Amino acid sequence: MEKAIKRYMPIFILPTFCAFILGFIVPFLMGIWLSFCKFTTVTDARFVGFSNYVDALKDTVFRHSFWYTALFAIVSLIMINVFAFLLALALTQKMKGTNLFRTIFFMPNLIGGIVLGYIWQLIFNGVLASFGTALGLNEWYGFWGLIILVSWQQIGYMMIIYIAGLQSIPGDVMEAAQIDGASGIQRLFKVTIPMMMPSITICMFLSITNGFKLFDQNLSLTAGEPSKMSEMMALNIFNTFYGRTGWEGVGQAKAVLFFILVVGIGMIQLRATRSKEVQQ
Amino acid sequence: MSKKKMWSGIGTGMFAILGLVYIAPILIVLMNSFKKKVYINKQPFTLPDEKTLNGIENYITAIDKYNLLSAVGWTLFITVGSVLVILVCTSMCAWYITRVKTKFTQTLYLLCVFSMVVPFQMVMFTLSLVADRTKLNTPWGIIIIYLGFGAGLAVFMFCGFVKSIPLEIEEAAMIDGCTPLRTFFSVVLPIMKPTYISVGILETMWIWNDFLLPYLVLDLNKYKTVSIAIQYMKGSYGRVDMGAIMAALILAVIPVIVFYLSCQKHIIKGVAAGAVKG
Repeated sequence: MEKAIKRYMPIFILPTFCAFILGFIVPFLMGIWLSFCKFTTVTDARFVGFSNYVDALKDTVFRHSFWYTALFAIVSLIMINVFAFLLALALTQKMKGTNLFRTIFFMPNLIGGIVLGYIWQLIFNGVLASFGTALGLNEWYGFWGLIILVSWQQIGYMMIIYIAGLQSIPGDVMEAAQIDGASGIQRLFKVTIPMMMPSITICMFLSITNGFKLFDQNLSLTAGEPSKMSEMMALNIFNTFYGRTGWEGVGQAKAVLFFILVVGIGMIQLRATRSKEVQQ
Repeated sequence: MSKKKMWSGIGTGMFAILGLVYIAPILIVLMNSFKKKVYINKQPFTLPDEKTLNGIENYITAIDKYNLLSAVGWTLFITVGSVLVILVCTSMCAWYITRVKTKFTQTLYLLCVFSMVVPFQMVMFTLSLVADRTKLNTPWGIIIIYLGFGAGLAVFMFCGFVKSIPLEIEEAAMIDGCTPLRTFFSVVLPIMKPTYISVGILETMWIWNDFLLPYLVLDLNKYKTVSIAIQYMKGSYGRVDMGAIMAALILAVIPVIVFYLSCQKHIIKGVAAGAVKG
C-alpha cells in the first residue's frame, strides 16, 4: 500500500510543504542569519558577529520589558488558573444553568486582542477618570489592566479544559475515597488535583507562553505608555524593528533571544508539572 | 433534599450575577456606541439620554468614513479561504506522513511540531520581506502564508487522529481498486470529520482575530482586516473619533458572537480536543 501512495506524493505533500518552506522555514533561517548582520533591507546585510546581541542585552528598555513581562506572565498564570479551576469545579456541580454560564465565561476568548484592548481601555479610563488619572500615566495601571483583561479573556478557555479534565476522572475513584471517609477538602487535594495534573500541565503551559507572547492586547490597551514603561517583550521587539532605522539587526537578535526564552520556559514548565502527573 | 435545592438555587443566582458582570464590558461599549463622541470619554457609564444620544450616526461614520464593511469582508474572505485551504492541504499531508514512513516525512513532522512553539516575533520581519518579494501581499497570497504558518498545529492534530484509524479499512478500499486519492477522499475524510471541525474552529479563531501577520504582510493601502482598521482609527494622528470606534468594536464583535452561538457545541469540543492533543 505504501508504494501505491508514494506515487501520489506531489499531490498530498507538495502544497503544504511549499507553503511551509515559504511561510516558516525560510523566514526562520533568514531570521537567525540576519540576527548576526547589520542591515536595513536584506540586500545590504553585512555580517557583524554577536554585536547585535550585545546591543540587545545592553538596551535598558529591553531589559525592563523582560522583567515586566516575566512578572506579568507569573501573575497572569496564577490568576487565570486559580479562577478557571474554581469555576470549573463550581460548574460541574449539580446546578441549574451551568451550560449557559459556561457559554458566557468562554465568550470573551473569541474576541480579538485589538478589540479587547479598546473595550477595556474605555472602561479603565472611565474608572480612573473619576480619580483624576488615566491608564497611560502609570505603568502599574497598565500592568493590572492587562492582568484583568487577559484573565477575562482566558479564564473561560482554561475553564473548558479543566471541565474536560474533571469529567474524565472515573467515578469509582471518587466513590472509593468517599467510602474511605475522605472529607471534601481531602478529596480535592488528594484525588481531584492529582488526577487533574495533565489538564493543569496544559493550562499552565498555555497561560505562561501566552503571557510571554502577549502583543495585541499590550499594543491596544497601553501601547507602552507611559514612555515605554508598560512595553512587554513582543511589543519591544516590534518597536525595535519598525520604530528605529538601523536597529533591524538588533531587533532580530532580540527576537532570537525571545524565541529561546519562550521555548526554554515552556520546556522547563512541562518538565516540572509532567513529573507530578500520576498514571491513571 | 430541599436544603440541597436551596443551595443550588443560591449558586445559580450568584452565577447569574457573575455572568452579567462578565458580559458588562461589551454591554458598556454597546451603550456608548449610541452616544455622541464628546460624551463617551466624559461619562462612559451612564445610559445615553436626550442630550447625548446620537442614534446610529456612529455606525454610519464607521462604515462610510472608515470602510469598516469592506474590512469585515476581507477578513471573512481571508479567514474562510485560509481555513478551507489549511483543512484540505494539511489533512492530506498528515495522512501521507503517517502512512508513508520515510526520513523525509518524519523530518517534516518534527519540523511542524517545532513550528508550533516558535513565537511569531521570531519570523515576523523576514516573513514580511518574503511576502513582499514573492508578491503574496494580497488577500489571495496571504492564504498561502497562513497555510505555511498554520500547518504546524493542523498537521500535528490530523496526524494524531490518522494514527487511530485502523489500516484495514484503507487497505480494503485500495484492494477494491481505489486510487490513493479516492481512498483519501471517500474513506479517510469522512472518518476524520470531528477532527476537521476541531482544527477548523481553532484556525478560524486564530485567523479571524490575527492582527500582526496581516498588518505586516498585506498591502495596507488596498486591504485592511477588522483589527487593522480599528487600530488605524485609534492610531491615526489628529482627532480620534471615539463614537466611530465604539461602533466599530461592536461591528467587530457581532460576527464573532453569531459564529459562537451558531456552533457553540463544536467550539467548546474543539478547544478541549485541541488542548488535549497539544
